Amino acid sequence: MFKKISLAAFTLAFSATSSLAATDITWWHGMAGRNGEVINEISQKFNEAQSACALTPVSKGTYEEALASGIAAFRSGEQPNILQVFDAGAATIINAKGAVVPAEDLIIKAGHNFDRNAFIDGVRYFYADSEGKFVGMPFNSSAPIMYVNDEALKKAGVEAPKTWEEFEAAAPKLKAAGYIPLVQSQLTWQFTENFFSRNNIQFATNNNGYDSVVDTKLKVTDPNLVMMFDKLKAWKDEGYFAFYGAGWNDNQKVFEEGKAAFWIGSSGSFGGLQKTAQMPFSATFLPYWNAIEGAGTNSFIGGAALFAMSGKTDEENKCVADFFQFLTSPEIQYFYHKATGYVAITKAAYELAQKDGYYKEKPVAEVGIKQLMLPAGDWSKGYRLGFYPQIREIMEREYGRIFSGETTVKDAFDTIEKEGNDLLARFAKTAG
Amino acid sequence: MTSGTERLPALRGGTATDGRRSSALRLFGGKAKGGDDAAKRVQFSSPYLPYLFLAPQLAIIFVFFYWPSIQAIQSSFYLEDPFGFGSTFVGMTNYIDVLKSGEYLGIARFTAIFTALVTFFALSIGLLLAVKADGVIRGNATYKTLLIWVYAIAPPVAGLIGMMFFDQHIGPIVELARWFGWDIKVGLNYSDTAFAMIVVSVWKQIPYNFIFFLSGLQGIPVAVREAAAMDCRSGFRRFWTVILPLLAPTAFFLLIINVTYALFDTFGVIDVMVKDKAANNPITLVYKVYMDGFRGNDLGGSSAQSVILMLIVFVLTIFQFRFIERRVHYN
Repeated sequence: MFKKISLAAFTLAFSATSSLAATDITWWHGMAGRNGEVINEISQKFNEAQSACALTPVSKGTYEEALASGIAAFRSGEQPNILQVFDAGAATIINAKGAVVPAEDLIIKAGHNFDRNAFIDGVRYFYADSEGKFVGMPFNSSAPIMYVNDEALKKAGVEAPKTWEEFEAAAPKLKAAGYIPLVQSQLTWQFTENFFSRNNIQFATNNNGYDSVVDTKLKVTDPNLVMMFDKLKAWKDEGYFAFYGAGWNDNQKVFEEGKAAFWIGSSGSFGGLQKTAQMPFSATFLPYWNAIEGAGTNSFIGGAALFAMSGKTDEENKCVADFFQFLTSPEIQYFYHKATGYVAITKAAYELAQKDGYYKEKPVAEVGIKQLMLPAGDWSKGYRLGFYPQIREIMEREYGRIFSGETTVKDAFDTIEKEGNDLLARFAKTAG
Repeated sequence: MTSGTERLPALRGGTATDGRRSSALRLFGGKAKGGDDAAKRVQFSSPYLPYLFLAPQLAIIFVFFYWPSIQAIQSSFYLEDPFGFGSTFVGMTNYIDVLKSGEYLGIARFTAIFTALVTFFALSIGLLLAVKADGVIRGNATYKTLLIWVYAIAPPVAGLIGMMFFDQHIGPIVELARWFGWDIKVGLNYSDTAFAMIVVSVWKQIPYNFIFFLSGLQGIPVAVREAAAMDCRSGFRRFWTVILPLLAPTAFFLLIINVTYALFDTFGVIDVMVKDKAANNPITLVYKVYMDGFRGNDLGGSSAQSVILMLIVFVLTIFQFRFIERRVHYN
């Protein structure tokens, strides 16, 4: 008996040392379904490509759950090496000075070259500090784009609009042809944050929150934004726009069934849409207002980035840096782009996909990346706002009220600005 | 006739005296021994031995209930960055912020209405079904099973099923309501969503109440029923004056359980029904704690809210035991 136990202990110890030969690193993420599988495939590719590091990906549920688990783990000193954090949560982790090692520092320290210019413009600033240094490594990146029901357009005899003015002109014809002209899936991301980016309007003071957390204030009572929602409300009343609540799929469904002419979705939606759409579709950029001077700039990057958590050994950090290098290689980027529908984040990967003829085969896949590569304006680089997930919840609540007739557009934005600014002030106190 | 309660002391050995255990036994045909004092008076050789046996349970209660509660109370007085780098003592600020917020008060109001309605309907429908099932003679096992099995469904799954029934595009209940000219818009219209939440939450809780009421009913001795039947011809009056008072201990126990259910356990149903995005839909206080704490990473504010919730439950429990239980007669 004793012999058996000691033998078991010996085997255990032996196997432990053999796996110690490779440095183990962990990666917590918030992706499920097919996207989660692709993460496993990428990790496997990385582990096969080299032997010094062994990467283990762990799914932690949704984006929010991944961030919450990462925070809880950090507080008890059990943090993973890599944590995936979504766009709206970026301020939370970046403002917690000392929670992460900036990706750029990590990569340079590991002896790799790091060229900011290798990344496409739309992804360069969002997860960077105000000097442009990459804090997070952009990972799954998407843009809000407009999907087009080709059948509806043909029937109504209209073209896909570039601007909202063109949409207004086309909407009556589409309605007459029996279609709901417009649906969308996320008013916060598509009609608020990216209203500011596409129309090049300031979203918040302190350089959209990049310069400081102190006294950062929302500028959501901007007359142009109020005008956009007044229009949406008017369009809804006239039957040019339909709203099915804050749930993403309830709105997407109408488009899939071929009942709507345009749907604002994510560049990452097209993989799924290919299977579910009951009619031929194409895609184009998220429209902007021609009347707004300087509009037509690129959109903010959506999706999530990878953050290297602090408090880890140099060896592990080296492995994380190696993995980030691996992840941004054109081949892996192209693989990820094809497998998920998220955009490629480096110029080299984009060129590889072009050379391979991928966009000739699937032109919709190129729309998101092209929109992110549009010229940037002063206000299209990103935003960094504390407690932003909660601010989004306030927006969702007020937008719901606008369309159910419980409040007016003006009152809704006054409320969002007031409650949002209270949250920002609270955040400044926690970060200070 | 004399009221049922007055006659009670004359009855021996058995209504729902020793509560849940015997109720459950009866339901499955077992026989509970009423008033067997010897079983309760166990002698231990050492005075410390009972504490030793209690220790594992106490340890669990401490680790999973008291310790987190203490932590929540502590962090409710601090403003803290989520990663734990710095926390500032802010006194009552978190509480003041919460209680000053009109939004929070609105959610509290909804929670109160929601809890009252869910408790009322879950109890009354459960009781009605139990009374009816009690009268069924042929095939009553099938009846019981059919009424009980919903309880085996986990709340999120119940929420999912409910959501399908109320789906904007394909929900059968929505289609049905449209026939009557009611356009149910769950997720868009505040009161429609509230309606759907209450229906699903009640539906989920009925079987539980049904089980307890049924076993309570079956515990009422035949002699009492017969005596009552001789005294009074009206079935409803018999129920009201004899059966219901005898069911009171069960009903009181269920009242507490149902209030806690509506306050806390409906979380899964709500989460599924609002699809992760509360927007302008009704939510309960517990869901708000989750939103601010786990999604918004505002630990101080969310802790303050959970302490408030703890106080509410505390007050409610005291109220129930002091004022309602007085009217309940345990044989």
